Amino acid sequence: MAKTTSPGTPQTGADILVQALINHGVEVVFAYPGGASMPLHQSLTKYAPKLRTILPRHEQGGGFMAQGYARTTGKVGVCMATSGPGATNFVTCLADAKMDSVPIIAITGQVSSHVIGTDAFQETPIVEVCRPITKHHYLVQRTEDITRVVKEAFHIATTGRPGPIIIDLPKDIQQRSIVPDYDPPMNLPGYKPVRDAKKEQLEALLALIRGSKKPIIYAGGGVVNSGAAPYLKQFAEKTGIPVALTVHGLGGFPSDHYLCLHMLGMHGTVYSNYAINEADALLAFGVRFDDRVTGKVAEFAKHGKIAHVDIDPSEINKIKFAQVPIVANVAEVLKDLVAMIDANPALVPNPSAYKDWMRQIDEWRENEPLKYQHREDAILPQYAIERMQQILRDRGQLDDTIVTTGVGQHQMWAAQFFKFNKARSWFTSGGLGTMGFGLPGALGAQVAHPLSTCIDIDGDGSFLMNIQELATAYTEKLPVKVLLLNNQHLGMVTQWEDRFFEGNRAHTYLGAGFEHEPYPDFVTIARGFKCQSQRIVKKGDFDAALKEMLDSRMPYVLDVLTPYQEHVLPMIPGGMTVRDIIKA
Amino acid sequence: MRHVLSALVQNQPGVLAHVSGMLASRGFNIDSLAVGETEKPEFSRMTFVVKGDDRVLEQVRKQLDKIVSVVRVDDISGENPVERDLMLIKVGVEATKRSEVALLVEMFRGRVVDITHDTLMIEISGQESKVQAFIDLMRPFNILELARTGRIALVRGRVESGETP
Repeated sequence: MAKTTSPGTPQTGADILVQALINHGVEVVFAYPGGASMPLHQSLTKYAPKLRTILPRHEQGGGFMAQGYARTTGKVGVCMATSGPGATNFVTCLADAKMDSVPIIAITGQVSSHVIGTDAFQETPIVEVCRPITKHHYLVQRTEDITRVVKEAFHIATTGRPGPIIIDLPKDIQQRSIVPDYDPPMNLPGYKPVRDAKKEQLEALLALIRGSKKPIIYAGGGVVNSGAAPYLKQFAEKTGIPVALTVHGLGGFPSDHYLCLHMLGMHGTVYSNYAINEADALLAFGVRFDDRVTGKVAEFAKHGKIAHVDIDPSEINKIKFAQVPIVANVAEVLKDLVAMIDANPALVPNPSAYKDWMRQIDEWRENEPLKYQHREDAILPQYAIERMQQILRDRGQLDDTIVTTGVGQHQMWAAQFFKFNKARSWFTSGGLGTMGFGLPGALGAQVAHPLSTCIDIDGDGSFLMNIQELATAYTEKLPVKVLLLNNQHLGMVTQWEDRFFEGNRAHTYLGAGFEHEPYPDFVTIARGFKCQSQRIVKKGDFDAALKEMLDSRMPYVLDVLTPYQEHVLPMIPGGMTVRDIIKA
Repeated sequence: MRHVLSALVQNQPGVLAHVSGMLASRGFNIDSLAVGETEKPEFSRMTFVVKGDDRVLEQVRKQLDKIVSVVRVDDISGENPVERDLMLIKVGVEATKRSEVALLVEMFRGRVVDITHDTLMIEISGQESKVQAFIDLMRPFNILELARTGRIALVRGRVESGETP
């Protein structure tokens, strides 16, 4: 925590903020300047050797880069924008981070204190706007408060259930000079994020397992966020209980493990959904019973008792009543459970106790695996994803690969067909479902992991929503790879049109007419940004093209034309049950 | 079921907006909400009257508790708290009927706080049922305007709590 100035020297508010960020271990900010944040940017240039500033080409891109950084490291991602439109462009990023529990801090310039409330140029009451979509928020009113606010923001963002914070900093507060105190006391009398599980609660959970013949683990983002993945593996192996994962849980338990049932829910595997439905004990770890998982809530896991472990007390009993509710850090709970079992193996049945249960699951697994049609005349999106993973594996690159996505069919296929074995090697906009997340997300991940292969599996609709960030990729030398599954449609909406609206296309076609070339010409666009790109149509060209992309040291867009008629299957339509599962 | 929740919050700008916005966006129905400073200027107390089953109430409490500026939340309905509502009510009464109204005010232990040749402003405090009863009695007298504070409540006696800052 080196300080560049000796104590007692007055500094401007902007310098104090930047120094405070450095003191909190920030190594990069994603910042787009404007009138009300100019003093901050001037300070960023002063501290440049210690703090990298990445210039996105849209504030929303910057916000999602901060998310990509945060989601792949667990550290706080910091983004910055000016007042008014700059700040409102963060709204989607903050709402997204709130839904998916991502620790980011958004710093916005604000008009000067004396004109706040006068409808000044580029004034919006951004704290008012962002109150319900942030974990906490600050409108800084005195330069003296900056260091305390930053300290509190980092504390709140990273403890308990992680979440986004906005700090709104009026320009005059940035410009005023004071002698700062870099280690002020926090003023958070109402914030008590740390809660420990009681021994009796853990014993109750183990008793639930002992009374069960068909237990299942339902693990989510909390496992990844809390660093519980190694303990989850030990716990599952010691008890022999199979694991179904939410979209945010993927990577939290190895895909190639015998006990892994992969994703559950709307587009989850048939066998994971059957298993949840049949289970007599549901161990819910770091999950929130989202509607994409449960379908019809009254029917979800209705044959079983529920143990629910989550750090956020408001998630317990919110959707489903839990017989064993535990408010605590999932990693701590799993670590303690493993220790208890090690000390007394009789606390849980021998894994062979679930022989019949696993035999049943194996039968489902064998009879109803994830599948798609094999075609030679086209590149199916599922094939492209599965093949890309095989190629990465064969090249020995899999452990150093990070995958993210936009939102839609391609996102679900990536979750289904790219098998993740490592926590934080996969992230996606799950809760808010924000199109345009993929490219900036991958850029943020690449900043944090310069040596990794960061891949955005994207759709043509999503990709176009933040395509301007190719400029960031090129100028900041971030060699992200885009596997663009281009079907000229909003695929997921098209799929719903096919299933529920007799295939009537309601503004879901993105091309310029079927008689014309695919539109837009992504290859030309990418090259205009000085990124490498090529388009492929034939299945036989896929391997060579993919290898060229992976070998490239440049940002690369591989535009893969795919048929739009494919549906993501299996599918449990919204609000329905496992009995309504669509398999073909 | 009707519940009285008492929340201690940091006395900062925006806390009321945050709390009321959260209640509205999550669809919780609030019968009454009163807010004011406490014995410590850095804290305010909010008193809510919420109707709903136990599950709704559990969520209201937890969602309130989740707000960083909310220091603590208690459901005090079960603790036989003292509850009060303060009302100012203005009625149009001619001089001839003043004494009739004044008698009712006295019976309700209210006070006349303003008087003109054809109006009376009356202050009444007490439990909701008492305030309501007085309103009903005033109806024949042409109620001109009425303002109420909403419920405030405190638990009787010394409250043992290690958590209060």
